[in-house]
Amino acid sequence: MVSVKSAITIKGTKDGLVFLLDDQCDFTSLLDELHEKLDKHEQQLSGPLVHVFVKLGSRRLNEEDKERLRYIIRKQGNFLIQSMESDKTPEELEAEKNAVKTIAGIVRSGQTVHHQGHLLLLGDVNPGGTVICSGDIYIMGALRGTAHAGCDGNEEAVIAASLMTPTQLRIAEVISRPPEEWTSAEPVMEFAYLRDGVMEIDKLTHLHHRRSEHMPFKGV
Amino acid sequence: MGEAIVITSGKGGVGKTTTSANLGTALALLGRKVCMVDTDIGLRNLDVVMGLENRIIYDLIDVADGRCRLNQALIKDKRFDELYMLPAAQTKDKHDIKPEQVRKIVEELKAEYDYVIIDCPAGIEQGFDNAVAGADQAIVVTTPENAAVRDADRVIGILEQRGFKSPKLVINRIRPNMLRSGDMLEIDDICQVLSIDLIGIVPDDEIVIKAANQGEPTVLNPSSRAAIAYRNVARRILGETVPLMNLEERSGMFGRMKKFLGMG
Repeated sequence: MVSVKSAITIKGTKDGLVFLLDDQCDFTSLLDELHEKLDKHEQQLSGPLVHVFVKLGSRRLNEEDKERLRYIIRKQGNFLIQSMESDKTPEELEAEKNAVKTIAGIVRSGQTVHHQGHLLLLGDVNPGGTVICSGDIYIMGALRGTAHAGCDGNEEAVIAASLMTPTQLRIAEVISRPPEEWTSAEPVMEFAYLRDGVMEIDKLTHLHHRRSEHMPFKGV
Repeated sequence: MGEAIVITSGKGGVGKTTTSANLGTALALLGRKVCMVDTDIGLRNLDVVMGLENRIIYDLIDVADGRCRLNQALIKDKRFDELYMLPAAQTKDKHDIKPEQVRKIVEELKAEYDYVIIDCPAGIEQGFDNAVAGADQAIVVTTPENAAVRDADRVIGILEQRGFKSPKLVINRIRPNMLRSGDMLEIDDICQVLSIDLIGIVPDDEIVIKAANQGEPTVLNPSSRAAIAYRNVARRILGETVPLMNLEERSGMFGRMKKFLGMG
C-alpha cells in the first residue's frame, strides 16, 4: 500500500475510542488499512469492553458498507460500536434548524424545556414552567408560564399559544411582562413578536404578514 | 398485598396530616386494615392529631436502625382494632433515614395491611424522597390559593418523573361563600392547571381544628361536612363512584326558599 498519510486516526477519550476515518481515499483501501491496524494491535486491544465512536467525515455509506465496517471492528471482540456518523451537509444543518420538533406533555412548575430550533408543544406550560427555544415556540394549549423564543438572539422568532396568559415572555433579548405591558383580551390564538425591539401581540391569523415564504400548496 | 398511598403537597399547612389521619380513619371505618406512617421526622404531628402521642414507645428511626421490630413500634388506635400507626421520630432529623429503609418498612407493612397511608413532610428534599420511596400511589393535597397550587404543580411534576402514573388531587379548605363571591380560585381552574384526577373536595370546617386539638379524627363526626368529604375520598379510593359534594347544600331552610324564589 502506498499511502503516505494514514487514513485512520484513533483517539482515546474518556468515553472510549474515536475512529476518525479519512473521507477522501478509496473505501476498500480504508477497510484494508483498518483491518491491518487492528490486527497489529490485537494484543493490547483485548481486555475490558471499549466503546467505539466512528466518524466518517463527509463520506456517505450505504447499509452494506456500514456492515462491512462494523464487521471489521467487531472482530476485535472487546469493541462495542456506539455510533457511526457522517458530518452533516450544510443543507442538512439548515433543514435541522427549520425543523419543528413536536413534543406532548405539560411543562409544570420548576420544569424547563430547552430546544434548538422550533418547538411545537402539545400541552400546557404552567406558572413556574419554562420553555426556551432558539427558534419559534408554538403551544397548542395554555401558556401560563415563561416562554423564551429566539434565545440565541433571533429577533424574528415568535411565540404562539392557544391561550396566551404568560407569566413572562422573552424574544431574543427583549423581556415583556404581561399584563403590565399588554393584555390579551380576545379568546383566539395569538402570537407575540418583536416590532422595532418592542414586544407586541397579534392574532395568529396575522402571522403570515411577518413571514415571507408563500404557501405552495394553496390552490387557486 | 396492600397499597401504599403517600399524602403530599409541597407547601406546608395545607392539611397533609389532617388528610392522612382522616383518610386512614375513614378507610378503617369502611372495614379495611390500615396502617398510617408518619415520615415527617423531627416534626411529627400525626400522632397528635390521632390522639396517640402518649402511647409512643418506638418510632420509625428505631425500626430502620434495628433497635426494635416493626410490630413493636406500631401503635394500635384506640377506636379501631384494624387501624395502626407508625410514628416518626421527634428527636432526629430527616437525614437519619434513607429512602431505601423506608421502602423496606413500607413493603413489610403492605404485606400485612390493605392500605398504608404515608404522611409526607412539606418540601421536596430528603424528607419528600423518604416519603415517596415506598408508595404505589400519591394523593396531592392543595388549597384554593395560588401559592399552594403552584407548589402542588411542582410536586406533581416530580411525582411524574418518579414514575407515579396518575397522582390524585384533593382540594382542601374550600370556603363556599368565598367561591360564590369569586374571591377564591375556582375548583375547575385548579383542575385545569394541574390536570390530574380530582379525588375529593373538602370544605373548610372549624370542627376539623377542634377535632385535631382533641386528638379525634374529624371523620368520626358525621355532622361535619368535612367528615363526609373525607369519607367520600376514602370510598373513591376503594373504587366506588361517589359524586362530588355540592358545596351549596348547607344553605338551610331560608336559603332554599331564596333559591326557590329565584333570589339565591
